[in-house]
Formats: sequence, C-alpha cells, structure tokens
Amino acid sequence: MDFQPTGEQRALRAGVRDLLAGRYGREALRASVEAGVAVDRRLWRELGEAGFFALRLPESDGGVGLGLPEAALVFEEAGRALLPGPLVATHLAAGVVPGAASGTTVVTAFDLGGPLVAHLGEADAVLGASAPPEGEPVRSVDPLTPLHRVAGRHPDPGPDPAPYRDEGALLTAALQVGSALRTVELAVDHARRREQFGQPIGAFQAVKHLCAGMLVRAEVARTAVYAAAVTGDVAEIAAAKLLADEAAVRGARDCLQVYGGMGFTWEADVHLHLKRAWVRAEQWRTAAQAEEVLAADLLGAVG
Amino acid sequence: MDLTYTDEEQEFRARLREWLAKELPALPPRPSPDDWPARRAYDAGWQRRLFEAGYAGLHWPLDAGGRGATPTQHLIFLEETERAGAPYVGANFVGLLHAGPTIAAEGTAAQRARWLPPVLRGDEMWCQGFSEPDAGSDLASLRTRAVRDGDDYVVTGAKIWTSHAEVADWCELLVRTDPGAPKHRGITWLAMPMDAPGITVRPLRTLAGSAEFAEVFLDEVRVPAANRVGAENDGWRVTMVTLSFERGTAFVGEVVACRRTLALLARTAKENGRWDDPVLRRTLGRLHGELGALWRLTQWNVSESERSGGVPGTGGSVFKLAYSHARQELYDAAAQVLGAGSLALDEEWVLDRLSSLSYTIAAGTSQIQRNIVAERVLGLPKGR
Repeated sequence: MDFQPTGEQRALRAGVRDLLAGRYGREALRASVEAGVAVDRRLWRELGEAGFFALRLPESDGGVGLGLPEAALVFEEAGRALLPGPLVATHLAAGVVPGAASGTTVVTAFDLGGPLVAHLGEADAVLGASAPPEGEPVRSVDPLTPLHRVAGRHPDPGPDPAPYRDEGALLTAALQVGSALRTVELAVDHARRREQFGQPIGAFQAVKHLCAGMLVRAEVARTAVYAAAVTGDVAEIAAAKLLADEAAVRGARDCLQVYGGMGFTWEADVHLHLKRAWVRAEQWRTAAQAEEVLAADLLGAVG
Repeated sequence: MDLTYTDEEQEFRARLREWLAKELPALPPRPSPDDWPARRAYDAGWQRRLFEAGYAGLHWPLDAGGRGATPTQHLIFLEETERAGAPYVGANFVGLLHAGPTIAAEGTAAQRARWLPPVLRGDEMWCQGFSEPDAGSDLASLRTRAVRDGDDYVVTGAKIWTSHAEVADWCELLVRTDPGAPKHRGITWLAMPMDAPGITVRPLRTLAGSAEFAEVFLDEVRVPAANRVGAENDGWRVTMVTLSFERGTAFVGEVVACRRTLALLARTAKENGRWDDPVLRRTLGRLHGELGALWRLTQWNVSESERSGGVPGTGGSVFKLAYSHARQELYDAAAQVLGAGSLALDEEWVLDRLSSLSYTIAAGTSQIQRNIVAERVLGLPKGR
C-alpha cells in the first residue's frame, strides 16, 4: 500500500501552484475583488490550455487522461489561491458542453440546492440546461461569487445536478481543503510576526492551540479527500465534503481570530476565504445531506 | 496515491486471518478487569500463541528477534486481530511497544539477549516508571533520585499511573542521576526488577471503578548499574527514540474497534427507534465519516513512514488529537442511543465510555499535543 502522491502527482501539484502564483497571485486576487469581476475570460482560457478542465477527459478526446486523485490535487491548489469562478461546473462540463474543456466556455450549475445560482451572469451555459435561465441579480456575501435568483420554480428551479453531485462534492471539498491549509499558513505567519506584550503572539498557548486545531481539521479533511478521490466511494465523498467544509469554515474563522482586529478589515484576505468557504459549504452537498448519506451507508454496512 | 495492497501484503493478511479463525475459538474466557494475576496469565498466554505462530514482535527488527515486518504489515496485523476480536496486547504493552524497542535500539548485546526473548515469548512483563506525582505532562521534571553506590544505583522516589505494576517483572524506570544538570540532561534509563527490596506498589482506583494502574514507591531500591540502557544522564534521548515510534500505530486497533462499536450502535438505534430522530441519526452519520477519515489518516501515516524508511512523521500528534476527541464523541452518542440504559454499569461499553475520558489525558494531554503540533509542525515560537 502506498497512499502517498506519486512523483508525477507531486509535479502536477507544484506546476499548478506555480501557474496560479504567477497568474493569480495576491495582487490579481485583490484587483478582481475591487473590479467585482470574478471570471477573467483570458485566465479561463489559459486554465483550459493548461488542462485544468480537460484533466479527466480521455486523451483520445483531446483531454489529459488523468483521474480524480489528480483532479483533487489540482483543485486543492485552486482553493489555496482563492481562484474564483464556476471551476467545478466547468470541469464537470468538459466533454459535455462544447468549449468547456478548452476554457472558451464558462459553465455554471444549479449546485446550490435552491433558487440561487452562482455566476449565472458570467456563464455561457448551465450544466444540464439547454439555455441559461433568466434570473435577478442578488447581492452576494462573497464578492467573487455573484449570485442570481431564478424565479418561479422554487424549490426545484433548474436542471437536476444529481448525476454530477458526487464528483462535484469531491472537487468542491478539494477546494475547501486548499483554502483551509492556506488559512493555517496565514494564521501561523501572522502569529510569528505580530508582537504583543514583548513577544510574538504565537508564543502564547491560546494562539498556538487555535493554530494546532486548524491544522488537525485540515489534515484530517485532506486525507479524507485524497482517500475519496482514490476510491470514488459515495460515502467517503460525503465524509470528505463534510470534513472539508468544516475545516475551511472553522479554519477561516480561527484565522480571523488570530489576526485580531486586522482580521475584521476588508484589507486582510481572511474574510475572502471565509465567505468562499460559506458558499462552497452550500454547493453540491450540504453538511446535513452528507450526514444523511453517511448514516444510510452506516446502516447499510450493518445490514 | 493508492489504497490497494500488494500481493505479498494480501497473502500475509489471508494467512493471518486463517490462523486467527483457527486460534480464537480455543481461547479461554477473558478474566475480570480487577483480577490482575488472571489478566497477566491471559495476556501471557496470548503472547505465547503469537510467538509460536511467528507473529510475536512483528514490527521489531530481525536482529532483535522480531519479524522485521513493514509498517503496512504491522497495520494489517493490528487491523485483522482487532476485527477478529482477538485479545488486545494488554499487559504485554510496555514490553512489546516500549521497553523492548528501546532495548533493541539502545541496549548492549548482553542486554538484548537477556531481556528481549522473554518479552517476545510472553514470559516477562514490563511496566513503565516514567510519570511522577509532580511530573506528568512535564515529564522531564521528574525527581526520583538514583545515586551510584559501587556496582548499583540506589533509587528513592515515587512513580504514578504505572499500569500492570502489580504483576510486572521489570520496570523501565527514568531516574535523575545529575540533579545539577539542566532538567532534560540529568536523566538515566534503568531496568528495575520489580521484586527488589524497597518497592511498594499501591493500586489506584480509576473513575471507572477498577484498579487500572498503581503508585509505585521506591525506598533505597538497589538497581545494578549493568541494568542501565544507554549512557548515564542520556535517558531523555533514549526515551524519545521510542516515544516517537509508538505514536504511528498505537491506535490502529482502536480505530477499527470504534468503527465496529459504531455499527453496533446504528443497529441498536434502528431496533429501539432512536434512528428516526434525525439529529441523532446525523450524529451517527457524522461519526461514521470522522472515524472513516481517521482510518484513512492511519493508512496515510503508515504509508508515509514506510516511504521514509520506517521513520515516523509528525502525523502522530495530529492523529491523537483528532482520535481522542472522536472516541469521546462516539461514547456520548452511544449514551444518546441507549438513553437511561447508559446508566447501567453491566454494559461493557459503559465502562468503555468511562475509560474514553482518559484518552485526552494519557500519553500526553491534548493541550501538550497541541503545543507539539504548534511548535514542531507549524514552527511557532516556544512560550516563556
């Protein structure tokens, strides 16, 4: 048994990290927040060219021919960089919606389980729909996840995302893990620099224990995501989503606490991680849904 | 990233499973937890069977009499024995997982020949003389003194939380040999015979009602200097060598056992109707996810240590923090499933619920583990 990333997988992850650091570093992130533009079409095409969306398409169909474990590693990096846009939906649409694989088409999905749809105004297509539906823009908690309310057909307003739900949940969990790990880094970095009472606040046990708790949740979630990516098991995917949502949301909140007053400002990136984690926690599979999937699996195992 | 086992590993698992199926029905009934001599005999008997079948000291190096198994084989061994309901390592714990590996790594040829074979055969039991009344989490503050007198050390002091002290033959004892040195420097590791004059063992009753461990009082106990493992005043380093190895696989069997308990709880909840309570059902679902993830984390840590040539990574503290918490949550959920039935002490799992309270304290409290994670993994500065 060798449950460690292979050399190729490590190289892939490093390559994506470098690409995103160069193409969507902190300045680009803040610029898109100020401009209020989540999807940069040129970046989307570059991601497409790098194989981000076609990663799991067979090579015979112009794809990269890799699997869910590789996709999980790539999406973890996207989560770390807070890369905005309907990344999961477009990835799932590769091979289904023309142009999705190459990044020339932006595809969103009805993955929020209600009348709200993310990125509807920027999308060319909706996964499973013949044409994008009409919707009213709604002010979104996350500045980089614009929302539309689709009227009339609540609670089942759009195309059924069920066929994509498990893979969507897994890749979203990978994004959450990346964000969770990033907030650990941010918190630790801040705790080492910021001095109070004549020493770095990271020397205080209260702060240390916040940071350690963040890492524990993130590491457990990361293992759950990797294992689910390897097995593709429905219950393991539900567990991965559940644990990753918690790691990302609580991680961002604890990071905000370590930052203190600075964490409550618009200038610090912490709130962006928290708000995106809130959005992702509602996508594809909520905690309540994941727990029900797991409960059913538990009972099934008992027979 | 792969979770499949090699042909060799699968063959190892199949052979072990076959052996367990043959061996377990012949086992005598488990003794009462309060009957120490019976417990010792039971645990020694199981160790003897393992030895005769070639499963003793699986993870010990070959030159120490072990089988030189890979971390994955050891993982499979712990998983299968627990799944089959085989006895736990029990009173052999300190000898097999602690004192033995320490002597194997740091002892002289004579010391290895004297102490290792009886541990593997189940003939001799060890206990651990580390903690003291005023040196638990701050272990390096221990005060038990050892003064050199001819060929002996003369030891005076007190140890606490010593499991199996009543029936142990040997104690791996940490003593202070240089009171003037910095606290981590003046410590020495000794093998103390438990029948030496001057030793008084007083059982301690736990909140579960049974005597699970003891206080050990040492009044001018003479321990031959030849029983010193490692150099004088080098005992802290000697100890750390084995402590780090313990954490990688220490809880493998227990995670498997927790998952079995959870499945039993789900069945019980279905039968008594509590399963229809969505809050409780979702709690059990969440635990299923958490324990499953902890099993995967175990595989991850084992696989990582295998790739690094058997050196355990830093995953041990991360695992212990998450696991000890999940274990306590599991038994809290069990109490919800059983309702008032959880107040009757005749249920075995009620005792397990009580003993789960020790998991965030023993082998380094959760607070100490968080310090370890913060300082050694995350690189935060040490506090003053």
